[in-house]
Amino acid sequence: MTERHRVTLTVNGTEHVVQVEPRRTLVDVLRHDLGYTGTHVGCEQGVCGSCTVLLDGEPVRSCLLFGVQAEAADVRTVEGLGDQEHLSPLQEIFSSSHALQCGFCTPGFLMLATAFLRDHPSPSDDEIREAMSSNLCRCTGYQNILRAVRRAADAVADPSTEP
Amino acid sequence: MTRAGRTLRVEDPRLLAGRGRFVDDVDLPGQLWLRVVRSPVAHAILREVDTSAASASERVLTVVTAADLPAIERIPVRVEVPDQPLDDHLQPVLARERVRYVGEPVAVLLAEDPYAAEDAAELVAVDYEELPTVLDLRAAERAAELEMGYGDVEEAFANAAHVTRAEFTIGRHSAVPLETRGLLAAPRDGRLEIWGTTKVPHFNRRVLAWMLGIPVEQIHLHTADAGGGFGVRGEFYPEDFLVPWLAARTDRPVKWIEDRSEHLVATNHSRHQIHAIEAAFDEEHRLLAIADEVWHDSGAYIRTHGVLVADLTLSMLPGPYRVPAYRGTAHVVLTPRTPCGTYRGPGRYEGTFARERLLDLAAHELGLDPLDLRRRNLLSSDELPLERALSAIGTTMTIDAGDVGGLLERTIAQAGFEAWRDDSARRRAQGRMVGTGAAVFMEKSGLGPREYAWVDLLPSGEVRVRAGATSLGQGVETVLATLAAERLGLDADDVTVVLGDTDLVPEGVGSWASRSTVLAGNAVALAADRVALLAREAAAEALEVDPADIRSSGGRFAAAGSPERAVSLAELAGRSGGFSATETFEIDRMTYPYGVHLAHVEVDPDSGGVRILGYFIGYEVGRAVIPELVEGQLVGGAAQGIAGALMEEFRYTDDGQPLATTLADYLVPTAGEVPPIGVLITQDWPAESNALGVRGAGEGGATGCGAAIAAAVDDAIGRPGRVRALPIPLPELREAVAGRVVASGRPRPD
Repeated sequence: MTERHRVTLTVNGTEHVVQVEPRRTLVDVLRHDLGYTGTHVGCEQGVCGSCTVLLDGEPVRSCLLFGVQAEAADVRTVEGLGDQEHLSPLQEIFSSSHALQCGFCTPGFLMLATAFLRDHPSPSDDEIREAMSSNLCRCTGYQNILRAVRRAADAVADPSTEP
Repeated sequence: MTRAGRTLRVEDPRLLAGRGRFVDDVDLPGQLWLRVVRSPVAHAILREVDTSAASASERVLTVVTAADLPAIERIPVRVEVPDQPLDDHLQPVLARERVRYVGEPVAVLLAEDPYAAEDAAELVAVDYEELPTVLDLRAAERAAELEMGYGDVEEAFANAAHVTRAEFTIGRHSAVPLETRGLLAAPRDGRLEIWGTTKVPHFNRRVLAWMLGIPVEQIHLHTADAGGGFGVRGEFYPEDFLVPWLAARTDRPVKWIEDRSEHLVATNHSRHQIHAIEAAFDEEHRLLAIADEVWHDSGAYIRTHGVLVADLTLSMLPGPYRVPAYRGTAHVVLTPRTPCGTYRGPGRYEGTFARERLLDLAAHELGLDPLDLRRRNLLSSDELPLERALSAIGTTMTIDAGDVGGLLERTIAQAGFEAWRDDSARRRAQGRMVGTGAAVFMEKSGLGPREYAWVDLLPSGEVRVRAGATSLGQGVETVLATLAAERLGLDADDVTVVLGDTDLVPEGVGSWASRSTVLAGNAVALAADRVALLAREAAAEALEVDPADIRSSGGRFAAAGSPERAVSLAELAGRSGGFSATETFEIDRMTYPYGVHLAHVEVDPDSGGVRILGYFIGYEVGRAVIPELVEGQLVGGAAQGIAGALMEEFRYTDDGQPLATTLADYLVPTAGEVPPIGVLITQDWPAESNALGVRGAGEGGATGCGAAIAAAVDDAIGRPGRVRALPIPLPELREAVAGRVVASGRPRPD
């Protein structure tokens, strides 16, 4: 079990080489081997989506993938969106929409919404609800998350919109 | 800071950037990982725990059973209710001779990494001799009996023109925060450094010091972000002893992160009660008395909340109504299930369901509109404030001034409830099952006895607030920063808030029971007022004018009439070496907010599934420091309360095996299930017991959900009083609905 494999992956544009056990999950590699602690672990059962990252652009549950499956992959985590002094437009809209409380699920929702808005630049409210129902939040009751994603979509469609 | 008129929280930038500091984000060199071996059976004699194979396994440092523990006491009760001896039922940190629920810790081990620890845990061989399980609350062993009340209940029932009786059941729910529990403890320079505590850090530090037999000063609890609390996080659990004790014993950092399956059997459950309740009415449909007998499931042990939930169930049961005589009795029973504690609105979610359901049933029996029966019996504004002859958590119950009936009418108007009713009637006439329901309730908040705050203007010019509250995601950092900033002419962003660090915050009570804004808020406001006064005096001296002639704005202090003669707060800090003020806010009774929940639902005749067409909450909060945060609390609470009415339950087999051990079994709602929730926040009746006038808002979003949705489902299926259990049992509902459709021969909805 302790046999290790060499894995090369890119996280937020930085290339990393790690030696990992084959059973080690991608989220543990990201958090504990590489220090990207913005990605959170809520269930390890693939249900809650707190660990959502983008793997080659697609949202995935990083608790359900092994680190070795990320060989040669391009991974994007919440740390790649914007830092505390320079939040991305989506992060800003989450804040002004009160789309977070404890913030534990928030990185997962941000990554999910990032991919969703890229693929659905003009989503309907039903499409937003459907997509955001992939992840769990226990604090907000979701309404402000849905509102934030709506506003983010509208801001992209019409950049003059006040976020 | 605000944008587009919306307040921005000071917590947000770090959380949005993935720079929060949750306990699992902290890793220390040389750290060991702890794994708990838990009982797979509900009730058994612990014959033997064989740790030899686990001890011999690779990368395992030590395996510990109860036999290896020092002579320690069981985990004590934090919230004592007078005259309730509970010592015999407290939980040991590791099971010694008997296990009493699936999930009870029987051994712990330390390994070099969490994977190795989990592997080794499977090698611990335990010989269990299984014993019978009694899951029925009425047949279970009793741990405590509570009784309270006033007035002549027997006479009231004897003279009643009408009596309504019914039995109601509330299932087992729990908070299930998105972050599980976790703890990291590290010995360093003769002290224990600990991350992962919250809620009541100072109390827990005293408990840990007592159990370890060391002075409290040798324990340093650090600030950590917490992924939701809702009652369950931050209480003292077995792991809160085991992790620090093993760190001290091995002289290495020890980390434990609960996994989700563990969480669902190890962290407090809540809610599970049976109510046998009756109400007596006179000929004018006025309440004469309520009597309620409650069976309250405590699970396998009494944990840190003692009998608090049963106590609150009884004391809050009469709620916002005029109840001339009342008797509440509660049997706190032990069953072979996960032990229980509080969960958002403890006792009120349950009691509101029982009382409001009873009123709906009574209205049906009396041929009245359920709203009219409530209007007749709600306490009127000229009856308030009212001292009710009940004690809640050991405090005198003085119900604040307010106007519950007024809030009911305003909420009905704002929600468009009459239109919901018309819509329901119209659609029912088309053969669909659509209905409406209402619940009115009283909440409680602001439990004392005290909270501490420090406001420091540091020589650097930085303004720092420290308080005994803790951050659980509710936005308390923003609230406290705002209250201090308002008094110092600053922006909330200019204020640093320090919570939960026992070196920086010398004393504190904590964040629970919707108390933070009331207690810590008032303490911070008082301390900030004093710092503002000191700054004004220093400015007067610097500008050589009378303090009464100082005008302050935007962090600058100027002489009246000559704004060019001014000095900034930062300059004053630099000159004077800074100022500090310490305040303790004390209060001997709680403040009682109140609210109204309205629901509009449709029941699917094929599946029995319930779809929420509309949901609305009216809530009197006294004063909202930041209305967006109050709204967030109410909507978030409603999501939990609605899920408790329709989805969530910890079910068990007859031999005590839990059926919900993943998030695929315990159904936390998604954005697909939580409907839009309308909110009316009123600030018409500031609390008279605190200078800010605030009342707590953490729980009222959940409190009325079970009652309102049950009423709406009854109405939809045309069977008043039919729903008697939460979550509403789907098979039963399907049966009721199917019979209805066949009997009436109505067409199915499209």
